[in-house]
Amino acid sequence: MRYESPTTTKAAVALLSGEKGQAYVLAGGTDLLVRLRMDTIEPDLMVDIKRIPAMSEVTKTASGFKIGAAVSGAALEKNKALVKAWPGVVEAANLIGSDQIQGRCTMVGNLCNASPAADSVPALIAAGAKAVIVGKKKRTVPVEKFITGPGQTCLEKGEIVESITLPAPAKKSGDAYLRFIPRTEMDIAVVGVGISLTLKRGVIDSARVSLGAVAPTPLLVKAAAKAIIGTKLDDAALDALAMACTAACNPIDDKRGTIEYRERVAGVLAKRTAKIAYERAGGK
Amino acid sequence: MNDPKYTGQEFKVVGTRVKRPDGLDKVTGRARYGADMSAPGQLVGLMLRSPHAHARIKKIDASKAEKLAGVKAVITSADLPDLTGGNSGLYDTLENCMARDRALYDGHAVAGVAAIDRTTAKKALKLIKVTYEKLPHVTDVDEALNDDAPIVQPRYAQDGRHGNLINKGEFGHGDIDKGFAEADVIVERSYKTGQTHQGYIEPHACLASVSPDGTGELWVTTQGHFAYRNNCAQLLGMDIAKLKVTSSEIGGGFGGKTHVWMEPIALALSRKANRPVKMVMSREEVFKASGPTCSTSMDIKIGAKKDGTIVAARAECRYMNGAFPGMWGTLGGMTAFACYNIANNKAIGVNVLCNRPKVAAYRAPSAPMMAFGVESTIDQLAKELGTDPVELRLKNVAKEGTLAPYGPVWGPIGIEPTLEAVRDHPHMRAKLGKNQGRGVACGFWFNIGGQTCSDLNIGPDGTVNLTVGTIDVGGARASLALIAAEELGIAYEDVRTNIGDTSSLGHNDTTEGSRGTFSSGMATIFAARKAIDVLKERAAKMWQIPVEAVTWEDGSAHAVGNEHDNLSPLTLKDIAKKAGNTGGPIAGHHEATADGAGVSFASHIVDVEVDPETGKTTILRYTVVQDAGKAIHPDYVEGQFQGAAAQGIGWALNEEYIYGEDGRLQNGAFLDYRMPVCSDLPSIDTKILEIPNPSHPYGIRGVGETSIVPPLGAIGNAVSNAVGVRMYEVPMSPPRILKALDDASA
Ligand SMILES: Cc1cc2nc3c(=O)[nH]c(=O)nc-3n(C[C@H](O)[C@H](O)[C@H](O)COP(=O)(O)OP(=O)(O)OC[C@H]3O[C@@H](n4cnc5c(N)ncnc54)[C@H](O)[C@@H]3O)c2cc1C
Repeated sequence: MRYESPTTTKAAVALLSGEKGQAYVLAGGTDLLVRLRMDTIEPDLMVDIKRIPAMSEVTKTASGFKIGAAVSGAALEKNKALVKAWPGVVEAANLIGSDQIQGRCTMVGNLCNASPAADSVPALIAAGAKAVIVGKKKRTVPVEKFITGPGQTCLEKGEIVESITLPAPAKKSGDAYLRFIPRTEMDIAVVGVGISLTLKRGVIDSARVSLGAVAPTPLLVKAAAKAIIGTKLDDAALDALAMACTAACNPIDDKRGTIEYRERVAGVLAKRTAKIAYERAGGK
Repeated sequence: MNDPKYTGQEFKVVGTRVKRPDGLDKVTGRARYGADMSAPGQLVGLMLRSPHAHARIKKIDASKAEKLAGVKAVITSADLPDLTGGNSGLYDTLENCMARDRALYDGHAVAGVAAIDRTTAKKALKLIKVTYEKLPHVTDVDEALNDDAPIVQPRYAQDGRHGNLINKGEFGHGDIDKGFAEADVIVERSYKTGQTHQGYIEPHACLASVSPDGTGELWVTTQGHFAYRNNCAQLLGMDIAKLKVTSSEIGGGFGGKTHVWMEPIALALSRKANRPVKMVMSREEVFKASGPTCSTSMDIKIGAKKDGTIVAARAECRYMNGAFPGMWGTLGGMTAFACYNIANNKAIGVNVLCNRPKVAAYRAPSAPMMAFGVESTIDQLAKELGTDPVELRLKNVAKEGTLAPYGPVWGPIGIEPTLEAVRDHPHMRAKLGKNQGRGVACGFWFNIGGQTCSDLNIGPDGTVNLTVGTIDVGGARASLALIAAEELGIAYEDVRTNIGDTSSLGHNDTTEGSRGTFSSGMATIFAARKAIDVLKERAAKMWQIPVEAVTWEDGSAHAVGNEHDNLSPLTLKDIAKKAGNTGGPIAGHHEATADGAGVSFASHIVDVEVDPETGKTTILRYTVVQDAGKAIHPDYVEGQFQGAAAQGIGWALNEEYIYGEDGRLQNGAFLDYRMPVCSDLPSIDTKILEIPNPSHPYGIRGVGETSIVPPLGAIGNAVSNAVGVRMYEVPMSPPRILKALDDASA
């Protein structure tokens, strides 16, 4: 196995597209190295992106934020402007693993690993985030379209995600992410819910609701957003939200939870998440 | 031995919280565990394991693997002739180490490989071609007893009983039919508990080296290097004295390292390859192919008079032993009603085989499950009687003189004092909020003694080497050094405790049954007393007075009698310095079967909060009260109480082996085998009671196991008090609690 650590995106893309065997991007390595040790992958080439300066920073742009692919969870937390603008996204990313994992793991790695239960992904979808992809050419894909199946993404051979972009949040908006795990930490989501919403005169004007761990890919649930748009998040709206989320679930019965359980808890968590987002938007 | 002078003693160093001798090396990483030893020329050993729950092994073709460059040995059962001489337990061990005609569970070893590196060994595993014929399997303990269940071990099926039903252990006294007829209230319920793993952080690991001259060495993480030596030597046809086994530092065992798993195979590979072989299990292998505990299914029936006198109790519990018979049901049956004085009681423990790994001991093996059923039923009985559950327990509590259900008449025991301490504890009066509940439960464990052999050698500078044959898994070296220092009258820092390898001491039984401090403590005391006899002789020689005129006090020899007024005391160091001139090295030795292990009881209090919308339980507060006999080193006694409670909490809430329809384990990793993490637990409060064991010179009882017994029942009772729904199945995972809540409101 070959290990390379280029210092530009261009060089990284060249290495990846030039490799005939199995090539992998190495960000924090908290998924990749585990899979390597478990013998589920046998890479011929690993391209470490942590030495690429452009990928290692969070920048404020005209339209919002650009988060480099190699930015760790711990670094996100330190960016006050980002925390203020998208607290739900940062909280979701910070739920990943432990302090040790936080020092390494990235949101892009979380996204590219394409687990249905990835914690930062529903929050990113709710926030309207996009992945900036560089290969033969540059393209931008909304996060909800990025993951195509468990462990599968829309990336073509030789393509790399350079950054994630987040819009500048609208006035009177808030986002939140909650997950359910049987323990307090170091666990995988049984259900995850990301919600962002914007108020106009105290009423929810727009919203995005995303569910994780309840289907083969994280979901953007339009019916759930609809259930709360035009309301002040009263009990009826919350019940409608819960019902829409439950209905959107397409989970499996497995060691982590039954179908019935996941559907129920998706509704419960959606209500709790919406309340936090609503409060953050200034709703009462 | 039942010596009253053993109680009420005053100690000087025993009972103090000194630093442990192994602490620094353990926190800096210098301590050497199972995987930390290497030898020149060592090979990497790996195991090929069955992917099937049950399959006939029709053919193993290893020819391609053997030809692969870098492969030095391949072993299958064909390389392991049956040398067990009709010993069926040993044959079970042989078959568990390497499948013979059939693979009996997912993960059962079918071949071993030794190669120059891991990559080569992995390649070799892929080149071994095993032809399996899949057979029907059974993994559930109740289903295993169905008439049409596949038979796991035909060789144990006989006398017309069900082939998977190995035996039943029955205990108790009185006439339960008569007792239930006298009862005003009877509660009868059924329960189930999931299979759990000890979850020790250190996987099994060893370095084996066998020389062509027939001698061998094994470095291994184990709770019993003597048992490992005996087993390995017998299975491989070696002389016991020619196999030296050294126990490494141990990263937890809890019963799971009382048994050989891949060690005989490592030795066999080394013998075949004529090179040292190192084997380290992956976590998945540890889950699939070491020795977890039993899953169970049980029926409990308890009857009482209106005044709260329990007049009859019956328990029948089916213990899933895995693919090989154990004594687990029998042990469980003995423990069922040990905390209580019930005129008519009967407990039956049933041993059942399934296509799961061979069960090993797990901390007070078999008692926690039975206690879950019994303690949950007692709480329900209290409710029906309209009485306080702690008072109901106290009314029926076993005391000195009570006939224990499994035969003995209790001596001084601690169950009543622990329950009184619980009743009077401020925890019991703390306010509870919404969705919160409190539960109490009791537990019992036997503890054991067994064969023990220790050496105490005094160096020329007067410092002391204590060598014992029980391993140190929880601070035993500190405790034993305290005991030696106490006896000799010297400073704790002047004693160094070592764990001797199998060639340096006589046979020591495995460190299980909370016997380490009890039995090696006893052997240390007597070895030290023998050394004191020698010290007195040497002092007499130095003074040229009769030995009868010498006494030993506070670490010094004193000459008694007016005629010796001019002789000032000789310290241990003074005498040690002159040993070369007075007869040579000074030592004490003791070997014995340590009898008189003291039973230990515990009562626990727990507060929980249950989220009624998700079914998630949070442990808010936890208090352990346990009888230690004598706490030699209180920190490590408290550590045992806390650790046992923590493991019980995991068992109660989330830990469980999950098998698929295909009979394969689905959660052989810590991600989905959910042990508690630090933040899942509150700081666990402890209260040590000291009711001396009259059969031990210092009053010691074992303390390591008892406190894993109450948590399942205590948490079950607390959850029920929090949400008003009784849980009949462990683990009480969020989906199970939510379902129980739904069922109750439907
Ligand atoms: C102990 C532990 C706890 C964990 N807890 C959680 C948790 O609570 N929640 C959760 O969601 N996850 C958890 N994870 C999984 C993992 O930490 C996260 O998915 C993390 O975000 C992955 O980021 P990374 O940078 O380490 O990815 P890496 O391991 O470096 O990469 C992951 C995958 O993405 C690909 N990749 C990475 N970057 C790029 C890129 N720029 N372009 C294209 N492909 C790329 C890699 O090739 C690889 O296939 C945990 C892992 C561990 C070991």
